[in-house]
Amino acid sequence: MEKKWFTISVYSENNVGLLNRISGIFLKRHINIEGLNVSKSEIEHVSKFTIVVFTTEDWTRKIVAQIEKQIEVIKAFYHTDEEIIYQESALFKIASHLLFDERQIQNIIKESNSQIVTVSREFFVLAKTGRRHEIDEMHDQLEPYGILQFVRSGRIAVTKASMPITAMLNAYENQE
Amino acid sequence: METITSKKTAKNNPEKLRVSGAEAIIHCLLAEGVDLIYGYPGGAIMPVYDELYKFQDRLTHILTRHEQGATHAAQGYARVSGRVGVAMATSGPGATNLVTGLADAQIDSTPMVCITGQVPRHLLGSDAFQETDIIGISTPVTKWNYQITKAEEIPDIMAKAFYIARSGRPGPVLIDITKNAQFDELDFHYEACKGVRSYQPVAKVNEKDLDAAADLINKAAKPYIVFGQGVILGKAEQELKQLVEKAGIPAAWTILGLSAMNTDHPLNVGMVGMHGNYGPNVLTNECDVLIAIGMRFDDRVTGNLETYAKQAKIIHMEIDPAEIDKNVKVDIALLGDAKETLQALLPRIKKNKHEAWRNEFREKYEEEFKEVIEKDLHPTKAGLTMGEVVEEINQATKNKAVIVTDVGQHQMVACRYAKFDQSKSNITSGGLGTMGFALPAAIGAKMGAMDREVVAIIGDGGYQMTIQELATIYQNKLAIKIVVLNNDHLGMVRQWQELFFESRYASTVMTNPDFVKIAEGYHLKARRVTERKDLKAAVTEMIAYKEPYFLEVKVEKEDNVFPMIPSGASVSDIRLK
Ligand SMILES: Cc1cc2nc3c(=O)[nH]c(=O)nc-3n(C[C@H](O)[C@H](O)[C@H](O)COP(=O)(O)OP(=O)(O)OC[C@H]3O[C@@H](n4cnc5c(N)ncnc54)[C@H](O)[C@@H]3O)c2cc1C
Ligand SMILES: Cc1ncc(C[n+]2csc(CCOP(=O)(O)OP(=O)(O)O)c2C)c(N)n1
Ligand SMILES: [Mg+2]
Repeated sequence: MEKKWFTISVYSENNVGLLNRISGIFLKRHINIEGLNVSKSEIEHVSKFTIVVFTTEDWTRKIVAQIEKQIEVIKAFYHTDEEIIYQESALFKIASHLLFDERQIQNIIKESNSQIVTVSREFFVLAKTGRRHEIDEMHDQLEPYGILQFVRSGRIAVTKASMPITAMLNAYENQE
Repeated sequence: METITSKKTAKNNPEKLRVSGAEAIIHCLLAEGVDLIYGYPGGAIMPVYDELYKFQDRLTHILTRHEQGATHAAQGYARVSGRVGVAMATSGPGATNLVTGLADAQIDSTPMVCITGQVPRHLLGSDAFQETDIIGISTPVTKWNYQITKAEEIPDIMAKAFYIARSGRPGPVLIDITKNAQFDELDFHYEACKGVRSYQPVAKVNEKDLDAAADLINKAAKPYIVFGQGVILGKAEQELKQLVEKAGIPAAWTILGLSAMNTDHPLNVGMVGMHGNYGPNVLTNECDVLIAIGMRFDDRVTGNLETYAKQAKIIHMEIDPAEIDKNVKVDIALLGDAKETLQALLPRIKKNKHEAWRNEFREKYEEEFKEVIEKDLHPTKAGLTMGEVVEEINQATKNKAVIVTDVGQHQMVACRYAKFDQSKSNITSGGLGTMGFALPAAIGAKMGAMDREVVAIIGDGGYQMTIQELATIYQNKLAIKIVVLNNDHLGMVRQWQELFFESRYASTVMTNPDFVKIAEGYHLKARRVTERKDLKAAVTEMIAYKEPYFLEVKVEKEDNVFPMIPSGASVSDIRLK
């Protein structure tokens, strides 16, 4: 089966040990976590993990089933890039003299729609938010000039389809 | 911080009790109906042991001789009784000694709650004396775990622990309790847990899927049932029998499903898997509808998945959604509790007999009987076989015993030949294959079914992994019958070396101690049999004996277990020799 990018969204109770449990599931199957973001969700006291993997759909489905099985996990989903709206952010730290020596850099900044976050005598920092490939492209363009530091954030994503978490939790409350 | 939102029962215990955390733990156990726990004391759990001393008239604590033994005893107890087994240990080495039992209970879905002591909260993370991150260590081998650092958390967390351990697909839960939480006081108030909002233990059976499944079964020419431990865990033995009888479907079992159906039932066709029966394996690839009930298509059962039941439509009755399509892609998944699923399915099933199809199993059995079974059970060669010992035990116990086995050749032989007329009677370590399981598990099995005969069948290798539990058996006067089938080898590994490593017996030959003397050192009645003529009398004497009894049987050193599916081969390619 063909490998693809999948975004796994996990709604869970806030719990200190859960990240350990979830990462263990990936570890067991030797599947690399390409991106991880943990934040609060739209529901009070419910956390959301957004995990990005590059693997087959079959593996993704099995992993999601194992994640969902964990006691504190309310629901886990996986989606392809087409099914979600997502963003990643990246910071590029670059030597300041390049801004003047290499005119092309200014073009890259303009065309990539990135922002200069700070400038000092020694370096300046560019911030770019966008889809994964956009950040990759910007990285490739800047690389020949020398990047002092690079970091990319975990993915954040919302789905095009609705997520029935609140309904699920209400259904639980109304049982019996 | 406790964050799971859970449902409670109505207040059944309204008056408040001011107690220490340690005493609260005892009250929680009593409220859960626990009257028996296994464990081993030490510094970080001493406050709880002090309370156990005070409550000993209501809560029996059995001191095993190793914490691993405590877990296997709790497992044995859980497996025969269907109740939650409880084991307790101190922090550090006490806690790490629980890991094998936790892993075993996790893979074999055994309900168990383990309680460990932990260093005081203010010392956590400081490499304090006997501090170990048992939460981190046990995470992959527990259904749930939690560290209590405040006394007030105890009632809620303990209630949740028992609920999670026994509901849905059962499993082990570990609760780690810091010493300060044991000493500190709380207002005790207990409510049993009725639900956890992020955890759905059982799905509702889907009517449409039931119709489709019934349709497949009713139209099938060669339907075939393979059932597993889910039938026992779901108490669905009666419903299974009804389905089998109504539709006339031959049924085979995994070794963890063994005893869910009378072994003498005419439609019970035997064991599937690596050392299973010939017909049940070969005909897996000839049936047209395969109905898997409460079994998880373990690789010991399926052999090569590329050639497993490809011709058949497959129906899978399973409680755990993560098991669906995990190993074998199925046509219809009936998610839910096996008992409820079968009850809903039965009225949709038409009566049938499938005589010709059943005959195919009989024919295959005849072949296997000639090649393997007859030689195992009625040998004409000089050396004793494991099979004839098991057969003697069947006869002496009239198929009524609980049989506890360790791991290896003797395990396979016992599972193949032991006879059962009631459920929850075959206790063995299936998924983990833990050598050393049987002796302590037999302790729990005996205490969970005091009125039943419990026979532990153990290899000379595995026996020495937990042999110290003989002291536990003696101290508690448990009339367990211990049979060591001594082949002076790590037999199962030796068999593989013979078959697949050109008989290079690397570290599988053992020079053993005098097992009879050792048992006698533990004050047990003990006997050794080396010749066939003494076997029957010895087994009869052992079963008639009212106290623990140790029997060593010297069996043939280099016998192999057949049939066998070589690893990676297809179920069709099972070898009779
Ligand atoms: C040396 C050795 C050799 C072995 N050889 C064999 C062999 O030849 N044949 C063999 O069969 N095994 C063999 N085993 C054991 C094997 O490894 C597995 O442990 C065993 O096959 C699992 O059986 P199971 O699927 O029935 O049980 P489990 O692993 O316990 O699975 C039970 C399934 O039922 C589900 N379930 C639980 N409760 C319910 C419920 N209420 N309703 C519905 N479903 C439920 C669970 O979710 C799970 O999926 C061997 C083990 C060893 C150590
Ligand atoms: C704790 C542990 N270590 C190693 C193994 C691998 N193993 C499986 S069967 C076996 C041999 C068991 O020998 P014995 O107990 O004498 O039983 P026999 O096969 O001879 O009946 C071994 C070493 C295991 N299952 N468990
Ligand atoms: Mg042996």
